[in-house]
Amino acid sequence: MTATAVSHAQYRPKLLLFAAAAVVLVLLALLPPYIGLYQTQLLIYGLIAAIAALGFNLLLGYTGLLSFGHSAFFGVGAYSVAFLLRDAGIHSMELYILIGLPIAAVISALFGYICVRHTRIFFGILTLALSQVLWTLAYKFFWVTGGSDGLRVARPTLLAGTLTFTGGGSFQRFINAYYYYVLGVFAICVVIMWVIVHSPFGKALQAIRDNETRAAFLGLRISRFRWVSFLISGTFTGLAGILWVPLNGLTTPEVMYWPFSGEIVFMTLLGGFRNFTGPIVGGVLFTYLKTYAIATTEYWQLLLGVVLVLLVMLLPTGIVGAISAVAGKLRPREKSS
Amino acid sequence: MTILIIQILNSLFYASVLFLIAAGLSLIFGVMRIVNMAHGTFYAVGAFVTAWLVGRAIALGVPAGWTFLLIPVGAGAVGLLGVVIEPLLRPFYRRAEEYQLLVTFGLLLILEDVIRLLWGGLPLSADPVMDVLPSIRIGGLIYPGYNLVVIAIGAAAAVGLWAVIYRTKFGVMLRATSQDRRMASALGLNVGLIYVSAFAIGCFMAGLGGAIIVPSQAAVLGMGIEALILAFVVVVIGGLGSLQGALVGALIVSFVRTAGIQFFPEIELAVLYLIAAVVLLFKPTGLFGTA
Repeated sequence: MTATAVSHAQYRPKLLLFAAAAVVLVLLALLPPYIGLYQTQLLIYGLIAAIAALGFNLLLGYTGLLSFGHSAFFGVGAYSVAFLLRDAGIHSMELYILIGLPIAAVISALFGYICVRHTRIFFGILTLALSQVLWTLAYKFFWVTGGSDGLRVARPTLLAGTLTFTGGGSFQRFINAYYYYVLGVFAICVVIMWVIVHSPFGKALQAIRDNETRAAFLGLRISRFRWVSFLISGTFTGLAGILWVPLNGLTTPEVMYWPFSGEIVFMTLLGGFRNFTGPIVGGVLFTYLKTYAIATTEYWQLLLGVVLVLLVMLLPTGIVGAISAVAGKLRPREKSS
Repeated sequence: MTILIIQILNSLFYASVLFLIAAGLSLIFGVMRIVNMAHGTFYAVGAFVTAWLVGRAIALGVPAGWTFLLIPVGAGAVGLLGVVIEPLLRPFYRRAEEYQLLVTFGLLLILEDVIRLLWGGLPLSADPVMDVLPSIRIGGLIYPGYNLVVIAIGAAAAVGLWAVIYRTKFGVMLRATSQDRRMASALGLNVGLIYVSAFAIGCFMAGLGGAIIVPSQAAVLGMGIEALILAFVVVVIGGLGSLQGALVGALIVSFVRTAGIQFFPEIELAVLYLIAAVVLLFKPTGLFGTA
């Protein structure tokens, strides 16, 4: 095989992928008038979950580290917004993001600095323990955080104050505007994450994931790479928390409690952690799955638990992984070339 | 001085329950190399089963003194549950750790809702058991005699488990499987049977923890999720897979927690998690771990 053939073979699927992504984005943008307010609102939750899972998967799928403490960063994002509103009187969504992101990044950097000294099960337990420190602080310091009542967050203004939401019909206007806002942020996140995992840095992470010893022989500073990966991962999940709280209108310590970390793991696995698109699909699907499970039965946890066990048993590569495996089998000619 | 004695007794009471949960978690990890996220929920099942049985027995007119016998019954029921569940986990032993964690997390979600399905969302208590024993006087204060029984059960469990693991043939087989599963199998040990036994014993201990705490604290939803994290803290401090570690870890956590509730209630739990994080940082295998 010549060098040009290789680059062509790599080039064509990439172009196809970008085209497909653009089509999906346009379809998502056209959706709200057809699906109604409730479904739009649900889809916003789905997109936000997708951002959280996308960040989480940089660590699990690309770096090979299973964090059981990502609820902490989601919670840090959410509580940052609540504090900015209550203590600084800030109402602008852009300011929430601009100030909240560095806060999430600092906490991620701090946690990461401690956690990347370990891998495998100890990494998981360490992230879990540290995230629960934040949970108990949010729970116990009720005079700062509102305790189990949480903190209320009013609807913010969008686009530097040009869009405000007060008075009659403001809820509908907010949902419709916020959908496009979150969709925009989501698209930016996907592009950034795509660039990260396909950059030399992303390749180095995958090398470390696949063989730590060899990667070390190549001269990679393993814990430095893991730390940066952790930082980016936590910051993405923090951004999801920032976007989530104005939509939810309330943040409680529940978003920092460890079962929520389990949900982030769940959605990533649902989509498939070996694919770039896996966590995105998983995040959206999980949101629908959970919402409908709660609506159908009082015992929705049972339903989710059964789905999770079946998933691990039958579809370990997730939905996207299974689909691409089937697609790969249907196209034997392209593979052999 | 009296306060000090009572606080020490409280710590020991709490340590007994915590040791039962953490030792089971540690045993299952030591033998099977699985971190069982549903372990705390087994503890909750033990509490609910016992409280329910005690309630039934009292309703049927059984004298309160006899309801003591229901504590081992409740724990035994959880052990049986373990016998049923272990074969379901077998397909996952060869899988990556991530999948094992997720399967047991799925099991946790299922069991939490099964508890809700069977006993509803209201707290379930078994006070009559506690009321049977007279209160004792320590200095000028009254202290429930039942708590001393719990401490005794915790101590007996620690000695009993130690004797089983280090002084019986079964214990040798358990340790051999823990060290090298394939070699043990090649030497003719029935590894499957040992796995079932280890899992059942672990579940029994968690269930016993739940059974002995329910007379003094009602069984509530979510108690297992909370207990699991504390058991994690214990095994992280003591060392995953180590019996001595579980004992020392349980004592450290209980004393810190009791002191915390007295002197720094707001950060009492945060301090525990921080201790666990610091231990992991400097001695990742825990104070007594070898893995």
